[in-house]
Amino acid sequence: MSSTPASSNGSNVQGHWLTPTRRRAMIALFFVAVIVLWEAAVTGFGISKLIFPGPAGVASAIYQVLASGEIWPHLWVTLYEILAGFAVGALAGFLLGALIGQSAVMEAVLYPYVVAFQTVPKVAVAPLFVLWFGFGTTSKVVITATIVFFPVLANTIVGLRSAPRDQVDLMKAFTASGWHVFRMVRLPHALPYVFAGLDIGIVLAVIGAIVGEFVGAQAGLGYLILQRNFSMDAAGMFAILVVLSLIGIVLHAIVKTLAQRIIFWADAFTDLSRGS
Amino acid sequence: MTRTAIAAMEVGAAQPARLRLAATATNTTPAFRFDHLHKTFRSKDGAEIVALQDVSFAVARGEFVTVVGPSGCGKSTLLRILAGLDRASRGHVELGGREHAGPSRDIGVVFQAPVLLPWRSILDNVLVPAQIQGRDRHVARERAMHYLELVGLDGFATKYPNELSGGMQQRVGIARALVNDPLLLLMDEPFGALDAMTRETMNVELLKLRERTGATIMLVTHSIPEAVFLGDRVIVMSPRPGRVTQVIDVDLPARTLGVINTERFGNYVSSIRTNLNASGGLDG
Repeated sequence: MSSTPASSNGSNVQGHWLTPTRRRAMIALFFVAVIVLWEAAVTGFGISKLIFPGPAGVASAIYQVLASGEIWPHLWVTLYEILAGFAVGALAGFLLGALIGQSAVMEAVLYPYVVAFQTVPKVAVAPLFVLWFGFGTTSKVVITATIVFFPVLANTIVGLRSAPRDQVDLMKAFTASGWHVFRMVRLPHALPYVFAGLDIGIVLAVIGAIVGEFVGAQAGLGYLILQRNFSMDAAGMFAILVVLSLIGIVLHAIVKTLAQRIIFWADAFTDLSRGS
Repeated sequence: MTRTAIAAMEVGAAQPARLRLAATATNTTPAFRFDHLHKTFRSKDGAEIVALQDVSFAVARGEFVTVVGPSGCGKSTLLRILAGLDRASRGHVELGGREHAGPSRDIGVVFQAPVLLPWRSILDNVLVPAQIQGRDRHVARERAMHYLELVGLDGFATKYPNELSGGMQQRVGIARALVNDPLLLLMDEPFGALDAMTRETMNVELLKLRERTGATIMLVTHSIPEAVFLGDRVIVMSPRPGRVTQVIDVDLPARTLGVINTERFGNYVSSIRTNLNASGGLDG
């Protein structure tokens, strides 16, 4: 799927004929082809709409859920959980990463706990958080934060170590304090890594919020999915999945745009975050 | 310690006339002095490596001294100790007549790589030392502009490092080292990464800059012609363990590129080369 010429950003070999207009046309064409194939497969093989809806059914379900206004309160709840959890987890990950990144001693003392914490599957801990923080949004914010925490932390540590030795030596020769070196050299050098961590984190945040809602919630898109699952409304579930996926895409794009604005000097950012 | 090295400690004894004048006019204490300096490292397998062995020499204020020697002769270690980035295992370092250890505000440093901060404009890069040392912003800015002009980059203050060539970036590094008007400028193979043409141009410009600022300069290089062309005095070091094997006062009629082809220049170069060969410093 991703090996079609249209989806690779290549302007290398096919550069002559692959004009921007043609490129966009190909992307649109491929999308239409997927939809048509999907509809054809569902109707052709006679699959029940209750099990796997066609694109038309999903589209009408999306329209219904938006037009009826049913989705909005749930959307806001989930969005709040994602953003609040992301903010808390990213901040905690960055601060602890900055602390651990300061010295080898800090890393030796603190990092084992971090790894131990990370090896526990967050999904498995989610019921505990619901037990401690209730069925409201707080437990979901906490779950999301714990998931976002690690990639930001790990990337911050690596990033703070990435400053070239010459650069640090030069600062020291100019009588720079540890704080100067951190603020003027190590932190800016770490930013591309931190943003790569944030980029991974924002996508995980969506998962975190939904997992939390699955365990026990009174509102949110995850709650809505469960509700539709109980009523065998597959098209309705697909509609929510599409909305969730859109949220993820938009948030990822925001982080990426911010990164490119802030780390204007580094071309490396796109390469760092591509794997996520 | 060889006789030449001892002689070198008596500063001003055999210097060109203009330098002696400069030295006596300001102050008779040397700009800096190494006194029986030793440095040993411990390698990963625990073996002791002697990087510097009994290095002593003094440099007068306003003097341009070059240190030449093969790779691994400890010349960079010598510079790092003076810059306060490494500590001597034994011996003393004096800066302006005082015992010296650790980085100093009186020293400006240039490394082989320009190591500019890519997120800062050229002007802001030059201002880094001033900012670290909390100097007055307006004064520092004016000085930064002044030195950017001196290194021929006055039109580039608002550009970013990636918009400049390697030679230009290194000039920014020199302006940055000078922005606080240091008493001493330390340069560790500053032109080692540049192509031969740019390197020659930079050498000539460095001498002009030195004349205009009157700074004391210690420049480390492994190029013998560069050491002779730039230095009032050339300190020749042997391969590990690094010792001073020869100190040469260079007396050239003019420091222009034309002088490189003169017999006198050639004699200096071949004298140093012979010395380095004798100590096993050169391969060919």
